[in-house]
Amino acid sequence: MNSVLRGILSTQFVYSILRVSTPLIFATLGALLSDVSGVINIALEGMMLMSAFWGVMVSAWTGSAWMGLLAGVVSSILLALALAYFHLNLKTDLILAGIALNIFSSGFTVSLLFMISGDKGSSASVKSYVLPRLNIPFLGKIPILGDMINNHHVLTYLAFLSVFLVQYLIYKTPLGLKMKAVGENPDAAQSVGVSVIRVKYIALILSGLMAGLGGAFLSMGYVSWFARDMTNGRGFIGLAAQALGGHSAIGGMLGALLFGFAEALSYTLQAIQLPSEITNMLPFIFTIVALIIYARSRLSKLHALR
Amino acid sequence: MKAVEMHNIVKIYPNGVVANRGVDFEVEEGEIHALVGENGAGKTTLMKILFGIEYPTSGEIRVFGKKVHITNPHVAISLGIGMVHQHFMLVPSLTVAENMILGMEPTKFTSIDYQRAVKMVEEAAEKYGLPVPAKEKVLDLPVGIKQRVEILKALIRGAKILILDEPTAVLTPQETGELFQALRNLAKSGMTIIFISHKLKEVKEISDRLTILRNGKNVGTFVTSEISEEEISRRMVGREVELVIERTESKPRDVVLRVENLEYTREDGVKVLNRISFSVRSGEILGVAGVEGNGQRELVEILTGLRFGAMGKVILNGENITNQPSHILRRKEMAHIPEDRVELGVALKATIAENLISDRYYKDPFCGRMVMKPQKIREFAEQAIKNFNIRADGPDSPVMMLSGGNIQKVLVAREFTSDAKLLIADQPTRGIDVGSTEFVRKKLIEAKDEGVAVLLVSADLQEILQLSDRIIVMYRGEIVGYFPKNEGLTEEELGYYMLGVRRHEESRIKEALIS
Repeated sequence: MNSVLRGILSTQFVYSILRVSTPLIFATLGALLSDVSGVINIALEGMMLMSAFWGVMVSAWTGSAWMGLLAGVVSSILLALALAYFHLNLKTDLILAGIALNIFSSGFTVSLLFMISGDKGSSASVKSYVLPRLNIPFLGKIPILGDMINNHHVLTYLAFLSVFLVQYLIYKTPLGLKMKAVGENPDAAQSVGVSVIRVKYIALILSGLMAGLGGAFLSMGYVSWFARDMTNGRGFIGLAAQALGGHSAIGGMLGALLFGFAEALSYTLQAIQLPSEITNMLPFIFTIVALIIYARSRLSKLHALR
Repeated sequence: MKAVEMHNIVKIYPNGVVANRGVDFEVEEGEIHALVGENGAGKTTLMKILFGIEYPTSGEIRVFGKKVHITNPHVAISLGIGMVHQHFMLVPSLTVAENMILGMEPTKFTSIDYQRAVKMVEEAAEKYGLPVPAKEKVLDLPVGIKQRVEILKALIRGAKILILDEPTAVLTPQETGELFQALRNLAKSGMTIIFISHKLKEVKEISDRLTILRNGKNVGTFVTSEISEEEISRRMVGREVELVIERTESKPRDVVLRVENLEYTREDGVKVLNRISFSVRSGEILGVAGVEGNGQRELVEILTGLRFGAMGKVILNGENITNQPSHILRRKEMAHIPEDRVELGVALKATIAENLISDRYYKDPFCGRMVMKPQKIREFAEQAIKNFNIRADGPDSPVMMLSGGNIQKVLVAREFTSDAKLLIADQPTRGIDVGSTEFVRKKLIEAKDEGVAVLLVSADLQEILQLSDRIIVMYRGEIVGYFPKNEGLTEEELGYYMLGVRRHEESRIKEALIS
C-alpha cells in the first residue's frame, strides 16, 4: 500500500497522467467538435485505430515519423468523410453507420497488418518511427513542476494547445457560432442561409482530425508499434469525457484528465500485484461512475429550471 | 408599385397532395396584406414558395416587378424577403445578438466582433422601434420578445417584404397589441407586410387589404374595410359559418368533479396553484379563462394525471383521485383533449384507426384474448371518420398526413366516444380552421347535453363565452373571478379579471365549489 502511495505522490505519476491523457484529450475534442454541431461521432474509436495503423505503416515506408502522422490523420479524416457521406447524404442512421465504421476499422487494420507483417497481433516486426519528445529548457528548470510537464511527446503539447484552439473556435469564431446553431436548431440556421450539411461536414472533418492525432499518438509515441484494437475504448471514453464537459473544451479536458488519472492509477496498482484484469477495469468503472454522477446532477439542475 | 406578384402558382407535393392550384396573389408596396383561409387552404405553402423553402411546380413570381426564381431562403433574403415562422427559428442557448448575426457575422481577424454585433442589433432595434435585450440568451425571453427578435432578424438582413405566419397564435392580448403597433409603424415607413391568419378579428384590425384562399385557390382579394367578418368567413369555407354557436339550455345534475383547495408548487419553487376550489356538474360546461401561464396548464396536468405532487383534494365521482396517473384516471371515465395535440394527443406516425383506439385497444370489442381484432377496429374507425367528418383517405392513413383541424377531429373523435363522465378540454380549437372549430364546439355542446361534465380551458374568450355555463378566471395561480351565469358578460369584463385589475370577493369565489 505504501508503495502505491509513494507512486501516486511522485512527479512521475503526474507525468504519466499527462501522457495517458493525451489520446483521451484528442478523442474528447473530436467528440466535442461533432457534438456541438449535433452529430454524435460514435466512430471516433475506428478513426483513431485507422490513424494508429497508417501512422506506423507509412512511417516505416517513408522512414519519416512526420509522414506517418500525416498519413494517420488523412486516413482518419477519410473515415470521417465516409461517416459524413453516409449520414448527411445517404441519410443512414448515424449510430449504425458509426458502429459499422468501427467494426470495419478493426477488421481492416488487422487484415492489412497480417498481409504486411504476417502477424495478426502487432506490428513489432515492422520497423516504424515515433514522433519526438520535446525538451523545453525553460520548462525543465522549474522545480518539481518541470519534471511533470517537461520532456513530453510533441503531441501531448499539441493536445493541450488544441484544447484552447477548439475553445476559441467554438466560442469566438463565425464557424463556431454556425456549428452551435446547426447543432441546436438546424431549421434556424437553414432559415438564415447557413448550409447545415456543410457545417456538419466541416465539424466531422475537424473531429476526424482530432481523432487522427489521438490515434497517431498511440502508435507513434505512447508505444512504438501498432497492435490490434489498440485504441481499447479510448474513443468511447472521449465521448464520455465530452459528456462531462458539456460544450466546453476546458471542461472536456478536465474530464479526459480524470479518466487519464484512472488509467495511470491502474498501472500503479499493477505494481503491487493486483491482477491486471481488475486494474484494467478501473478507467471504465470511473467512466460509468462519473457519468452517473454527472447525469444525476444535470437532472436535478433541469428540474430546478422547469 | 407591386411588391409581390405571384401568378398561377401550382404546388403539387411529391406525395400527390395539391396545395396550390393556380394561385394569383399580389401585394402592394407598403401595405399590410392579410392572407386568410382555413387550415390546409394553402396559405403557408404559398408563403413558403415565396420564401424559397418550397419550389413551385409551375407559376411565375415577380418581386418589385422583376421576375425571380426563388430556389432557397438565401435567394429570398437577398431579394429583401423576410419570414417570421410560426415556430421561431431561433437558437435558444445563444444570445439575441448571436441569433441576429448568424450567417452574417461581423469579424475582427478570425473572431466574431461581438461588440459590433451588439451595436448593430441595438441600432436596428432603435431604428425600427423594436427594443430587444441584445446580450440576453433567447431562452430567457418571453414569447413576445422572441417574436420581436425574429422580426428584427429579418429586418437586419434588409427585408423590405415581411411575411408573418400566424404571429398572434402564441401571444397574449397585450403582446398582440404591441406587435400590431410595431407592424403599423413598419408599414408606415414603407415596409410591405404579409400577415397569415385565420383570426378574423385581427385581420380586420390590422390589414389594409386581404386575400382569401380556399382549397388552394384565390377566392378574392378585398379592401379590408369593405368586407365584413361574416363575408370573409363565408368565402373561406364556402358556406355560412355559424360564428355564433347556439347554446342549448343546460340542466346540470350531480357533481362529477370536485376540486378542493388544490395547491401546487413547481420544481423551481414557484407556487403556481393556490387554493383552487371548484366543481363541475354533469350536464354543464365550466369555463376556465385566463391569460396563458397563470396556472391553467399545471391545473390541467394535475387533474389529468400528467403532473404529480399537488396538495389538496381532487374528487371524481365521489372518489379521491388526487395525484393518480393518467391511465388510472382514464379507466375512471375521464377524457382529456390536451392543449398540445401533436405532443400529447396523437401518435403522428400511427394511423387514424390506431389513434382512435389508443385508449381502449385492450378492451372489448377491439381485442380478444390474445390478439387484436382488425375488422372491428376498422369498422369503428370508418364510423368515426364519417361521424366526425375527418377528411382523410381512410382509417389506415397516418395522422401525420392530416391538417391540424383534422388531427384535432381524430382526437375529439376518440375522446368523445370513450363514454366518459368528465371531459377536460384544453384549448380544443387552438390553431384549427373555422369549419373544424365550429364542429368541435358543437360537439362540446352535444356532450354536455348528453350529461357529460365538461371542463373547458381556453385562451379564446369568445369560445369561453359561447360555450360555458359558469366561468372561473385564473390569475397568478388563483381563482380571482367567478361568474355563475354567463348572460351579459363581455370579453372586456372578463379581461379585467384576467389581468388582475379586478377581483371578486372571497365568498363569491367560494361559490364555484358547488356541493
